[in-house]
Amino acid sequence: MTVTELLSYEDALAAYDPVMGLEVHVELGTRTKMFCGCSTELGAEPNSQVCPTCLGLPGSLPVVNRTGVESAIKIGLALNCEIAQWCRFARKNYFYPDMPKNFQTSQYDEPIAYNGYLDVALEDGEVFRVEIERAHMEEDTGKSTHVGGATGRIHGASHSLLDYNRAGIPLIEIVTKPIEGAGARAPEVARAYVAELRELIKALGVSEARMEMGQMRCDVNLSLRPHGQKTFGTRSETKNVNSLRSVERAARFEVQRHAAVLSSGGTIVQETRHFHEEDGSTTSGRIKEEAEDYRYFPEPDLVPVAPPREWVEELRAGLPELPRLRRKRLQEEWGIADHEMQSVLNAGALDLILATIAEGADATAARKWWMGELARHANESGVELAAVPITPAQVARVAALVAAGDLNDKLARQVIEGVLAGEGGPDEVVDARGLKVVSDEGALGAAVDDAIAANGAIADKIRGGNLAAAGALIGAVMKATRGQADAKRVRELVLEKLGVQG
Amino acid sequence: MTEIIKLTAAQTAEKIASGELTAVEVAEAHLARIEAVDEKVHAFLHIDREGALAQARAVDAKRAAGEPLGPLAGVPLAMKDIFTTEGVPTTVGSKILEGWIPPYDSTVTRKLKAADVVILGKTNMDEFAMGSSTENSAYGPTGNPWDLTRIPGGSGGGSAAALAAYEAPLALGTDTGGSIRQPAAVTGTVGVKPTYGGVSRYGMVAFSSSLDQGGPCARTVLDAALLHEAIGGHDPLDSTSIDAPVPPVVEAARSGDVRGMRIGVVKELGGEGYQPGVVQRFEESVEVLRGLGAEVVEISCPSFVYALAAYYLIAPSECSSNLARFDAMRYGLRVGDDGTKSAEEVTALTREAGFGPEVKRRIILGTYALSSGYYDAYYGSAQKVRTLITRDFEKAFEQVDVLVSPTTPTTAFPLGERVDDPLAMYLVDLCTIPVNLAGNAAMSLPCGLAPEDGLPVGLQIIAPALKDDRLYRVGAAVEAAFVKKWGHALLEEAPQL
Ligand SMILES: [Zn+2]
Repeated sequence: MTVTELLSYEDALAAYDPVMGLEVHVELGTRTKMFCGCSTELGAEPNSQVCPTCLGLPGSLPVVNRTGVESAIKIGLALNCEIAQWCRFARKNYFYPDMPKNFQTSQYDEPIAYNGYLDVALEDGEVFRVEIERAHMEEDTGKSTHVGGATGRIHGASHSLLDYNRAGIPLIEIVTKPIEGAGARAPEVARAYVAELRELIKALGVSEARMEMGQMRCDVNLSLRPHGQKTFGTRSETKNVNSLRSVERAARFEVQRHAAVLSSGGTIVQETRHFHEEDGSTTSGRIKEEAEDYRYFPEPDLVPVAPPREWVEELRAGLPELPRLRRKRLQEEWGIADHEMQSVLNAGALDLILATIAEGADATAARKWWMGELARHANESGVELAAVPITPAQVARVAALVAAGDLNDKLARQVIEGVLAGEGGPDEVVDARGLKVVSDEGALGAAVDDAIAANGAIADKIRGGNLAAAGALIGAVMKATRGQADAKRVRELVLEKLGVQG
Repeated sequence: MTEIIKLTAAQTAEKIASGELTAVEVAEAHLARIEAVDEKVHAFLHIDREGALAQARAVDAKRAAGEPLGPLAGVPLAMKDIFTTEGVPTTVGSKILEGWIPPYDSTVTRKLKAADVVILGKTNMDEFAMGSSTENSAYGPTGNPWDLTRIPGGSGGGSAAALAAYEAPLALGTDTGGSIRQPAAVTGTVGVKPTYGGVSRYGMVAFSSSLDQGGPCARTVLDAALLHEAIGGHDPLDSTSIDAPVPPVVEAARSGDVRGMRIGVVKELGGEGYQPGVVQRFEESVEVLRGLGAEVVEISCPSFVYALAAYYLIAPSECSSNLARFDAMRYGLRVGDDGTKSAEEVTALTREAGFGPEVKRRIILGTYALSSGYYDAYYGSAQKVRTLITRDFEKAFEQVDVLVSPTTPTTAFPLGERVDDPLAMYLVDLCTIPVNLAGNAAMSLPCGLAPEDGLPVGLQIIAPALKDDRLYRVGAAVEAAFVKKWGHALLEEAPQL
C-alpha cells in the first residue's frame, strides 16, 4: 500500500471549499421483511429466516410491507419532505451473489419522499440546515462472508458463505442535496447530521438505528473546489462509514487527501473508497470509469404506492416531538447552559437521564449521577455510558435514599460502586455493606461532644461567630463515624451545642 | 378405454361423482394413453404417476366417505412446466433448472390440488416460454398430433398437444404474447388468456411480468370455463392479481347466447400475409355469428401495427431482469465449480451452458433496450405504444362487446422451418400480442380446417378486461354451431396416433 499524501487541514481549507453529499441507509425495525413475511430478528441461524420470495426462487413474487411504507412516510414527514401522491418501485439491476434476484427492488425517479431539510445543531449551538434530496424505500441484500483470505476480504479467499437472513429487510435511503457552505466545519456538520438523523429515526420509533449493528450505514461523498468556483469538483464516495466519529474522520481525511492531490496539480479519480477505523484513512476501492448502468425500470411485479392524503396527514399529526426541539425544551426545563447540554448529549446520557427521572429521581440528581460518577466509570472502563451495569431505576433509588437523608453523597457513591461491582441493587448493597447514615442522636451527640472537647480552640472561634470554622469540627465527627453521619445534622448539632445560630 | 380418454372434463367429473367411473380408473386410462403415444408426441417432460394415482385415490376415498366433490374432482390435468410444484421437478423447458425440485407450490397448483384435480405431469414448452413452436425447449420439440412433423405451437405446445392427443382433458398454459392461444389454434383445441391479474402469477416462473398470464386449456369451451373458475381469483401473494370475483365464466359457457351482441372484426388483423384457408374459415365464423343473431361491424385499431415491435422491447427487457437470478448460486445448474474459478466465472459459465440461443438473444436484446441512453428510445417508446394500443381497445369496446380475428396468420408449419428465422417466428403472434399489451382477455377456439392443408384454424375472440365471461358466451355459441354443422367435434378428424 502506498502512503497517501495529505495536506494539513488548515492549508486545505485555505485553498478549497468542501462540498459533501451524505447517503444514509437505515434498516427499518419492522417485524417482517419488506416484501415477504419472514422475520427480521437479528442473530438467527444463517438462512433460517428465508422463504421463496426473499431467496428469489423462480416464480416467487413480492408484496409490499405496509408498515415499511408507513415508516418511510414518517421519516419523510419528519425530514420536512413532500410525500409522493403516487410512486413506484424500480429494479436496480446488477449481479452480486448475496443479492438473490440479481436486482434490488428499490425506487428510482419516483421516491416516496423528496425535497426536505433537517436542521442540525453544532457543538457551539449554531444551527446548520442540511437540505434533503430524497428518501426512498428499498430492500437490503444478504451477507457474504469470505473465508480463507486475509481479514475477510474477497481477495484471496478460498470460498464465500452466503446468509440471506438480511436479504429483503426494509431499508430507507436518505440522500442529502450537496452540502455547501460548511467550510472548515464540513466534517463536523457531517457528524452532526448523522447524529441528528439517528436521533430522529429513534424518536420516530421506526428503527433502533444502531450503527454498530449495521442498522444505520453512511456513505460520505466529498469533493473540493477552489474558493470562488461554482462548479463542483470530482467526488470520491467513501462507503459504509459506520460510526459518528468515523463520519467526521472520513470527511476530514478526504478533505486533506483531495487537497493534496489537487494542490500538486493532480486530478481526483471518481471512485469508491473504503474507510479504515484503525487510522481514520480511506483507500481506493472500485474505480468508476463511467457511471454504473443499473438499467432501472419500474418493478412490474408491484403495483404503485399511492398513499391516501388522509393517511399521510394522520401520520403527520402523530409525529413525536422532534429531537432537536425536545432537547431545547429539556435544556430550558433543567435550566442548564448550552455546553452542559452538549456534554450530556456527547456522553450519550440524555435517554438515561430521562429514564432515571421517569423512575422518580429529580432532574438535577439524575444528571449529577450520570454525568459524574457513572460517566467517569464508563470512561475508565472504556464502554458506552449505556453499557455501564446499572439501571436508571437503580440510580433513581440511590437518589431517593439521598433525598430521604438515608445516604449522604459519600455513602451514595459507595452504594453505586457496589452496584457496579455486581453486589446487587442499591438496597442490597446498603444492607450488605452497612452503609446507613448514623441517625442515632445519642451516638451522634456523643461524637460531637468528643470533637468539641478535643478542639477547644476551634470551638471558641465558632462561639465567637466564625461559622466557617465549623467545617473542621464536622470533619472530625464524620471521621469518627466513618462517614456514616448526615453532615447536615452534624452541623446543626455542633452549632446547637455551642449556642450559635446557624 | 378409448371412451374414458375422449370424455370431456365436465363429463368425466360427472361420471366420477355418480360412481360410474372411479378417479383411479380415469387416471390410469390417461397414464396408459400417455405411455402409448407420448413417445411420438413428446407432450410431457415429467410424468408424476405416483402423485396422480395418490390424488385419484384420495378423490375416490372422499366420495366413498360421502364428502362433497368439486366440479373438477378426479379430472386429470397436464400442467405446463412453468408452474412450481412442491416435490415435483420444474424446468421451464430449460437446462438451467434441470433437476430443480421446487420447495413450494404455485398458487394455481395449490388451487388445483384443493379442487381435487389430478395432476398427471408437467408439459413441454419453449424455454422460459420464449417461442411459438416449442422447438426452443432444451428437451426436444413436441409434435403436433394432427401431423407429428409440424409444430404444436408455443410456448405451450406440450399442453395443447396433450389435449389433442387425448393424454389429458385439461391442461394449463401461460400466455405472454400468445403462448396459450396460438398452440390452441394450431392443434384444434381451446385456450384462454384471462384478463391480466385474473389468475395468480405466484409460483409461475416469470418471463415478462407485466404480460405473463396463466390460463386454461381444454378441448371444449365449457371445460375451459370450469378450469378458469378453479384457478382464477384474487391472491394476496400476487400484488398484481385483481381483487374481484372471477367473472361468471361457467354460466356464460353454458348459455352460449349471442343474440343482440355487437361483434367487431379487427381490420388490422387480417388480409395480406394471411393464409387463404385461415381467412376463409375466419370469414365463415363471422357469418356463423351473424347467423346466431349477433351484429357484426368492422373496427379499426390503427396502433396494432406497432404491437409486435413494442412487445419485442418490453418482453425482452423484463426477461433480462427476471432471468438474472439464474446465477448458479442457490439452485439449478452449476457449471465450472472446480475450486479454481470465481463466483462470477461460475455464473458466466452456467448461463452460457444453461440458456438456449433464443433466451440469450432476448436477454441481450432486453439488456440493451434498458441501458441508459437507450431506455427512452426503446423501453420508454414501447410503453407509449402500449398506452396507444390500450386506447384502441377502449375505443373499440365503446362500440362492440367483443372483437374477433384469426388467432394466427397460418396453420401449423413444419418443425424446423423457422428455427433460423426469428423474425418469421415472431410474426406468428401478430394477432395475439396486442391483447397481452393491453391486459385484456382472449380465447382461441377451433373454427375448421384450412382447405389447402387440412390443418386446424383458430378463431380469436377478445373481450375487455374483467369481461372474460363474454369470451365463453361467444365461444360456446360458435362451438355449438360448428359441432352442429360438422356433426362432431373438430378433433374427431385428427388422424389416429
Ligand atoms: Zn422471506
